[in-house]
Amino acid sequence: MAKFNLNINGKERELDVDPTTPMLWVLRDHIKLVGTKYGCGIAQCGACTVHLDGNAVRSCQLPISSVGDKEITTIEGLSEKGDHPVQQAWLEVDVPQCGYCQAGQIMTASALLEKNPNPSDEEIETAMNGNICRCGTYTRIKKAVKIAANSINA
Amino acid sequence: MTLVKTAIGRRSFIKSSALAGGGLILGFNWLASCKMTPEEVRNLPKEWFEINGYLKISDNGQVTIMSPNPEGGQNVKTAMPMIVAEELDIDWNEVIVEQAPLNTDLYSRQFIGGSQAIRTSWEGLRMAGASARHMLIAAAAEAWQVPLKEISTESGKIKHTASDKSISYGAIASAAAKVSVPDEVALKATSDFKIIGTSKKNVDGLKIVTGKPLFGIDTQSEGMLTAMILHPPAFGMKLKSFDDSVVKTMPGIQAVFSTKVLDDTYTRQHFDTCTFLEVVTIVGDSTWEVMNAKKAIAVEWEPFETYTEERQPYRGPQQTLTIPSGLESSADHSTKMAEMATKKARVVRKDGNPEKAFRSASKIIERTYTAPFLAHNCMEPMNFFADVKSDSAQLSGPLQKAELTEQAIATRLGIPVEKIDIELTRLGGGYGRRSYAHWALEAAIISQKMKAPVKLVYTREDDMTGGIYRPAYQVTYKAALDSNNNLTGLHINAGGIPESPLYANRFPAGAIDNYQADSWTIPTNITIGSFRAPRSNFMASAEQSFLDEIAEAAGKDPIDFRLELLDRAAKNPVGEKNDYDAERYAGVLKLVKEKSNWNNRDSNSKQGVAAYFCHNSYAAQVVDMTWENDQPKIQKVTCAIDCGIVINPDAASNLCEGGIVDGIGNALYGELTFKDGIPQKSNFDDYRMIRMRESPKEIEVHFVKNDIDPTGLGEPTFPPVFAALANAMYKATGKRFYNQPFVGGMT
Ligand code: FES
Ligand code: FES
Repeated sequence: MAKFNLNINGKERELDVDPTTPMLWVLRDHIKLVGTKYGCGIAQCGACTVHLDGNAVRSCQLPISSVGDKEITTIEGLSEKGDHPVQQAWLEVDVPQCGYCQAGQIMTASALLEKNPNPSDEEIETAMNGNICRCGTYTRIKKAVKIAANSINA
Repeated sequence: MTLVKTAIGRRSFIKSSALAGGGLILGFNWLASCKMTPEEVRNLPKEWFEINGYLKISDNGQVTIMSPNPEGGQNVKTAMPMIVAEELDIDWNEVIVEQAPLNTDLYSRQFIGGSQAIRTSWEGLRMAGASARHMLIAAAAEAWQVPLKEISTESGKIKHTASDKSISYGAIASAAAKVSVPDEVALKATSDFKIIGTSKKNVDGLKIVTGKPLFGIDTQSEGMLTAMILHPPAFGMKLKSFDDSVVKTMPGIQAVFSTKVLDDTYTRQHFDTCTFLEVVTIVGDSTWEVMNAKKAIAVEWEPFETYTEERQPYRGPQQTLTIPSGLESSADHSTKMAEMATKKARVVRKDGNPEKAFRSASKIIERTYTAPFLAHNCMEPMNFFADVKSDSAQLSGPLQKAELTEQAIATRLGIPVEKIDIELTRLGGGYGRRSYAHWALEAAIISQKMKAPVKLVYTREDDMTGGIYRPAYQVTYKAALDSNNNLTGLHINAGGIPESPLYANRFPAGAIDNYQADSWTIPTNITIGSFRAPRSNFMASAEQSFLDEIAEAAGKDPIDFRLELLDRAAKNPVGEKNDYDAERYAGVLKLVKEKSNWNNRDSNSKQGVAAYFCHNSYAAQVVDMTWENDQPKIQKVTCAIDCGIVINPDAASNLCEGGIVDGIGNALYGELTFKDGIPQKSNFDDYRMIRMRESPKEIEVHFVKNDIDPTGLGEPTFPPVFAALANAMYKATGKRFYNQPFVGGMT
């Protein structure tokens, strides 16, 4: 066990956990923020994607000991009222089916648009290719990313 | 307008009462189909009449509609309340939808499976809305002292035009609660629908995009422990012993023990498939600690001997199943299947004289198709929450067949079913997998033993290697063509491990004079279960690929050739048992031909077509593709579907798009193989799933417009796309794809 001070969704959190614990389980088990999902545990599906200082990272592969004072943003902290342009676009296109993968999809898409507000189809595919959706909502995801990009650029 | 009865005998499908604090509450059985035969009604269990859904109108006019069926992405939680709201005649924006729990009724149909949710509840849901509307009107008629038939409604308001009176539903709801439930109510004419047929957003959309806890795996409870299991690494193995000395002392670990999932004396029901009868269980304070202990524990496994189990199938008499011993490999499976195809099989249907047709044929074409086992790979791994007390249990999690699971749990725990409450959480995908809820039993047993609330979570590896797969299949099609290239005979020889995929009475049965369909099976200890459009998901692929080849051999356009056969089946069908409507079948093919710009696309793009009928719906698809860097690039999929009345078109389209993407993914990459009983894939690094880059650039879904009661939607677009893809790949490469996954034949 070791003590950590984390900055999660703009709030300071103090924790005493095994330093090897991945952020995924810190968030889900210890902080009770369960929007970040477990899908594979080996960086293959993207369900656990969060932002670390604005970059999309796989929280299942991010031990708490490596976070330091970097800012973590989860789906719960992406916006106050679900009104981030990406979330809005997701609602407009009515993307989700089962919805399980969508938090990860949204976190990946929002990090992409933060860096590249005007991605080409190819760039969207490259950024989103690590996020699996078993329900097969990919065409809607792509459409929603473009709508979000337009609204950010407007 | 149709009149429907709200009661059978003296028992009403609907009960009304006043809402505490003012308002009306109507309980109803959403399964109450008014079209049941007297025979069906007599056979209904008593509990069936328990009221298991409700709608509530509070005095401030807010309408709450309980959505009965579990939600796993089919969007029933939006669609079912839409049907109630339509007949009630309210503004959809005023509606709040709640998920109904499973604790009221033993024999309802809170199922996900067979794409039947809307089909079986359509009339019951309409009746509930119409009855409430009727009672509100009756209360207003009484209050205003005007004849009932002069009163009309509009979006939550009751009006009497002659006297210029109007009142909101909320204001009259308390009075309506005192009106007796009508014996008979009128349903709207479909042409008067205002909500049904318009696109409404997912009622849980905002919760999903903001990461609210909706799923079973998100369950949290005071004092909750986390449990994980270890199951044998191979099919054909069982637990021998384990050494918990190290793990017991690891941080956060509370207990290590073995869990026997089912009692030896228990007669299993259809969905009680349990792959591993005994599993090692580790319980601890947090997921990571238990995961670490799981890696550290030493377990010994050993091969099991052949055994039998009593099984009560979904239909028909009880059976004794033999589970063979042995550590099976995919290579042996292939050899055995090839052997079976040469042996005499069970003849399921025979029309005319196939032997003669083949003797006198001028051309015979024979092709064999195969498909491997598939894992469901729901994105939310199997999990369940249980808080079992000495005489009651509170459970929660994602289930497709909740009431059946509840019965199994009651028996296993020795707690009466009335003392068990199950909350239905949103499913992070189901596709058939969550019908087989051995993990719910495991969670309940673990909680009973720990005397504490427990959440059981499978790792991805536990989930993928835990069995209940889509079976492995093989089918050989043989066609006889005469000198005019007419299809004069067809022979189908279909089998699988351990079930046959054959549907002997489906198209093209009925369209060919000389027809024979044979079936065989091979036993296995690898467990199987329903997988999105069971059996159809293979047969469509093989049949529709084969018809493509026959059309080519006969020098005919693939769509025209199918239409010719369907025309024959419609006008002069062979045999009486054909289970499809040839005209609706032809209808989707004609629609897809028109919408896909068939044969008129630019020459770089190659097209393949397929059509199939399953779950009471008809679907046809055209895949447009180019071939780039040895890979298919799917430019577009055009889909035509006839599923009767469409409740929520955009969401329905989403579900069809999902079936198409999922189908393409499984056709290209889906495969689980075995070596010495061990599944050769265990996570997404080796089990290839379709990703954004490989999925179609564009999908267009067209619904056939008609007034037929709604039928299945979650499954029917899945099976045909395998073949539409294979047929397009043939056009692009000149190569036919007989063995799934197609990626194996691409290089
Ligand atoms: S759970 Fe982290 S990538 Fe799958
Ligand atoms: S919406 Fe179900 S996995 Fe993506």
